[in-house]
Amino acid sequence: MSSTPVLLDNAQTQARSEVLKDKILPAILAGMLGLGLLYAAGFAETAQLHNAAHDGRHSASFPCH
Amino acid sequence: MFNLTTFRELVVAALWAGLLAGLLLTAAQQIQVIPTLLQAEVYEENAAAAVVASAENSHEHHEWQPENGWERTFFTAVANISLAVGFALLIGAGMCLRGGAGNWRKGLIWGLAGYAVFFVAPSLGLPPEVPGTEAAKLEDRQVWWLMTVLDTAFGLALLAFAKTRINKFYGAVLLIAPHLIDAPQPEFHSSAAPAELAQSFIIATVFANAVFWLAIGGLMGQFYKKES
Repeated sequence: MSSTPVLLDNAQTQARSEVLKDKILPAILAGMLGLGLLYAAGFAETAQLHNAAHDGRHSASFPCH
Repeated sequence: MFNLTTFRELVVAALWAGLLAGLLLTAAQQIQVIPTLLQAEVYEENAAAAVVASAENSHEHHEWQPENGWERTFFTAVANISLAVGFALLIGAGMCLRGGAGNWRKGLIWGLAGYAVFFVAPSLGLPPEVPGTEAAKLEDRQVWWLMTVLDTAFGLALLAFAKTRINKFYGAVLLIAPHLIDAPQPEFHSSAAPAELAQSFIIATVFANAVFWLAIGGLMGQFYKKES
């Protein structure tokens, strides 16, 4: 009887780490990669990047200039 | 370690969805967005030329910029695709947290949410502008833009996924909050281009971005459909 809660606890901990490995970490990494791209194309103030992406930024309504 | 397969699937799906949506946007922009922008630029250049002519010793240093025509369109396409892949990765991250998208139809809903978060909400305070429009300080506008995007994203997520009514209510509050704070405005409103051109640009971007976001969402739903 007393072992049931312990087993449940283990199962829960395992499920939680599965969620972390299968969902949360890949999502965070993909999200960071996405933010990096958005920053470079949409916000970086280097003149070259700004001029190359100028029309795209205006079209996306990003604050520009 | 983390599940590398899931991450790779997400990235591959986002690359394809971003490539296609970025190309589609580039085509859609040719209808009205780019022609309006080019027209506004003529007004901006004329205004700038008048200023330069009246000022002495104006040796402005000109940075590289793509030449009008194919070169400019090419770089715009690259920028559009980069933005699209970035947005697709964010949408993919959301789908992954929710256990997959399911299909392209559910993907369209994610796309609509992205459109609301990244285009509609910030544009309500800071409408899309043609070059040559007087605006508030860039940093101030970027801060307001970022705050609005984050607020709207969290608000929509709460409205859609929260289990309790009170949390859904907080979601609605977050959606409205940024619009109670005035977006940064310039001291004096002025624009080199006539008002009709500014209006036409807003309408053009509303349509182009709608097509763009529906494409990103639908394609991500199609390419990253795994449901667990």
